[in-house]
Amino acid sequence: MTQQHVNRRDFLKRTAASAAAVTLAAPAIAQNTDGRVVVVGGGFAGASCARALKRIDPKISVTLVEASHTFTACPFSNAVIAGLRDLKQQQFDYKKLEGPINVTFEPATRVDTDARTVIIGDAARLPYDRLVLAPGIDIRWDGLPGYDEAAAARMPHAWRAGEQTLLLRKQLEAMDDGGLVVISAPANPFRCPPGPYERASLIAHYLKTRKPKSKLIILDAKDAFSKQGLFLAAWKELYPELIEWVPLSKGGRVTAVDPKSNTLTTEFGSHKAAVANVIPPQKAARIAEAAGVADKTGWCPIDPVTFESKLAPNIHVIGDACIAGGMPKSAFAGNSQAKGCAAALAKLLNGEKPDEPKLINTCYSLVSPDYGISVAGVYTPVNGQWTDVKGAGGVSPAKAPRSDRALEANFANGWFKTITEEAFG
Amino acid sequence: MRPNHCLAALVILCASATSASAIDVAPAGAAACSGCHPASRAVETPFTRLTGRPAAEIVTAMQEFRGGQRPATVMDRIAKGFSDDEIKAIATWYARQKD
Ligand SMILES: Cc1cc2nc3c(=O)[nH]c(=O)nc-3n(C[C@H](O)[C@H](O)[C@H](O)COP(=O)(O)OP(=O)(O)OC[C@H]3O[C@@H](n4cnc5c(N)ncnc54)[C@H](O)[C@@H]3O)c2cc1C
Ligand code: HEC
Repeated sequence: MTQQHVNRRDFLKRTAASAAAVTLAAPAIAQNTDGRVVVVGGGFAGASCARALKRIDPKISVTLVEASHTFTACPFSNAVIAGLRDLKQQQFDYKKLEGPINVTFEPATRVDTDARTVIIGDAARLPYDRLVLAPGIDIRWDGLPGYDEAAAARMPHAWRAGEQTLLLRKQLEAMDDGGLVVISAPANPFRCPPGPYERASLIAHYLKTRKPKSKLIILDAKDAFSKQGLFLAAWKELYPELIEWVPLSKGGRVTAVDPKSNTLTTEFGSHKAAVANVIPPQKAARIAEAAGVADKTGWCPIDPVTFESKLAPNIHVIGDACIAGGMPKSAFAGNSQAKGCAAALAKLLNGEKPDEPKLINTCYSLVSPDYGISVAGVYTPVNGQWTDVKGAGGVSPAKAPRSDRALEANFANGWFKTITEEAFG
Repeated sequence: MRPNHCLAALVILCASATSASAIDVAPAGAAACSGCHPASRAVETPFTRLTGRPAAEIVTAMQEFRGGQRPATVMDRIAKGFSDDEIKAIATWYARQKD
């Protein structure tokens, strides 16, 4: 009798949830939850999404699966590299999330899309009505000849914050005055489009104050980059002769690296570096591929209104891992997407139609500790793709007093506090 | 036990079918503001808080940012992405939120 009862409830749940895949579900009935959501990845996107879901509808049961007890944030990690900040200021835990949200500290290894379960660790299975994947990026270890995990111990990427960040900082500290620092920047798309140039700026700030005979070269696989005009003008003003940017058309694309000699090779020649920071090509983190939601590009195509994968039903992808059209891969965008996705999920799980969404992104960059610039955008879905709202957004004005740059540097610091508070605080 | 359960289920189903919406979802764009303007009191930032503010205040500020009458580092670029109706909906929603 009891067994039969459970089966019946299970049946009801399944019917409701599978109807959701096609049209819209009736509210999950005969249970005290509005549905089960599992979120994989507790970074800017995942942690924000788990929290937003609970805020919008406390009756949704939310489980967060995160590989690590400590999250180390990339935004402002360039300031750590330049010796302006401590790595501890980048680190957050999940204590404030636990309670309303079930937090499990184990990597998700597989997704059984038919049974709608996530497999964590070796065998444990977590059932879901809706799955949110927010796993961030992996390095493409096959993307640049000579650059493998061993090479990263000599030529750090520092594109996932933590040990790599400290390694690059230590190498800069150990370098003699007069040394050559080389940064290799990848082709689009990649995590944080202005990131390599903010890094070049803050390293230049360190060199100017501590090792003024040194030089920094950026070898770039692109001919244009985010906030380019603002960066180039600021470099001229703050770091004349110190930074050289070599674009694709001038032979900037790095085709191979050799960690033994710390050399980067381009189509036009080679550069032997005292410190080499190789920012390699990237892709959605591996769980995306394992779940079958990454396409040939390595990233995940989604429906912009719900962030549901175009490749597998009931799986939603947010943050760096997803293809978000005009939106860059940033912590700000990931947090913004997380809240949009949570709203859509709450509506779907309550049998309602998701609203037409609108999102914002803003990326602040520091050219020096008191010189901030920004790029902003407002986005809506157009023809199934996140698209810039015309007439809105853009970069900080080219001509602005230094006091405005100082204001933006202050807002940049404030932004980091707001966003980390919303995700982890 | 079982008939009761089914009855309860039926009641829930009917109740939610007649009510407009079971959940309070922020209007388009509103959730993104808290990327800068903190929703929480626990954090000290140079951004103001929008929660619980009179709607008219937010509407006026947004319209002035959009029109370039109010000095801004970034709000002018953001406000230009929103129509009058959207601004009104966002402002009304924030005004309704409790601390
Ligand atoms: C140098 C640098 C500077 C940056 N500066 C800025 C900035 O100023 N502003 C800005 O907006 N953005 C900035 N970014 C970009 C920002 O860091 C990313 O866009 C952001 O972290 C993306 O968030 P996410 O949640 O998608 O991924 P992440 O924040 O990387 O989070 C992913 C999480 O998923 C977990 N995970 C992965 N796979 C699994 C699995 N299988 N099981 C369980 N857990 C898993 C990881 O442990 C991690 O905690 C910067 C990036 C860099 C590298
Ligand atoms: C990138 C960060 C950022 C985002 C996102 C943002 N703001 Fe602002 N906001 C600012 C800053 C900075 C100021 C101060 C003016 C300036 O420098 O642009 C401000 C000022 C304001 C003000 C005037 C001050 C006050 O509190 O009366 C209002 C109102 C406002 N914002 C509303 C909004 C609304 C509504 C949204 C979402 C649609 C939003 N903001 C999104 C950064 C942001």
